[in-house]
Amino acid sequence: MKKDFLKIANRKFKSRLIVGTGKYKDMSECAKAVKLSGAEIVTVAVRRVNIENKNKPLLMDYLNPKKITYLPNTAGCFTSEEALRTLRLAREIGGWKLVKLEVLGDKKTLYPDMIETLKSTKVLTKEGFNVMVYCTDDPLMAKKLEDVGASAIMPLAAPIGSGLGIQNKINIRIIRSQTKLPIIVDAGLGQSSDAAIAMELGCDGVLVNTAIARAKNPYQMALAFKNSVIAGRQSYLSGRIEKTFLGKPSSPTKGII
Amino acid sequence: MKNIKKIKIKINGKTSIIQENLTLESYIKRLKVPLKKVAIELNHEIVNKNSFKKIKLKKNDRIEIVHFIGGG
Repeated sequence: MKKDFLKIANRKFKSRLIVGTGKYKDMSECAKAVKLSGAEIVTVAVRRVNIENKNKPLLMDYLNPKKITYLPNTAGCFTSEEALRTLRLAREIGGWKLVKLEVLGDKKTLYPDMIETLKSTKVLTKEGFNVMVYCTDDPLMAKKLEDVGASAIMPLAAPIGSGLGIQNKINIRIIRSQTKLPIIVDAGLGQSSDAAIAMELGCDGVLVNTAIARAKNPYQMALAFKNSVIAGRQSYLSGRIEKTFLGKPSSPTKGII
Repeated sequence: MKNIKKIKIKINGKTSIIQENLTLESYIKRLKVPLKKVAIELNHEIVNKNSFKKIKLKKNDRIEIVHFIGGG
């Protein structure tokens, strides 16, 4: 089989599973689950340093940014201004140019505000960032993001943390058919088969956090997602059979006794 | 050591009282923050780590020190 890489902004990755590092019981559980998932990219959030308690464990002590790609996000930002500030700071920490933009519009659904998102993508791209953009599964918006220079389109499967799985396969398929940019289904996956479905729809990867971190056994779920992403990708590349409404025997009908 | 003027600044949203004319570099050193793992903003503007020495803290300065934590 040909080597099959995930390519984002001129960088190549073997794994098509990106995992979030939030919601784990502790850092060591997070690090172990990340390792089992085989992910080469992890999303991270930018927050204030705890000045009073400097002995608190640091993420970088558990996940070495030289060995795994940190993808800084803008989780919790509700305006373009906040998102830009966050990612400029992220870049300052260690030169991170590959970033995940998410500008939320509603606290209840955590649905992205696409007007602010589009605006931010434009600015960040001009500033030299490679922007992976969390977005709705609207094909028109996906196109607009591509036009302003997004490095990857990250449509939601369902609301963040909902575990509902892909709600609109048709839209994901339309987005696939209109772009060569990497598509990473982000948010809302609940179990590993959801990842396989995303990959079978032709997506380039998936991003999972809650489904692994909050599973009863995060380690086993990390492994399940790893395998599912590989299985889904292989299935997509294999070219599935046509669907028919009637039965077709699998054994020869000639020579029946 | 008489007449050392104290000033109020904000660090990560909290008030801190320091002596006047302290450089950003010595203040950050005092906090024992691992410089390679953080980014620093002074009054909403990112400060390049090379210019810490030159910056003297003033009354009502607002410093933000951020780093990466777990997130989705």
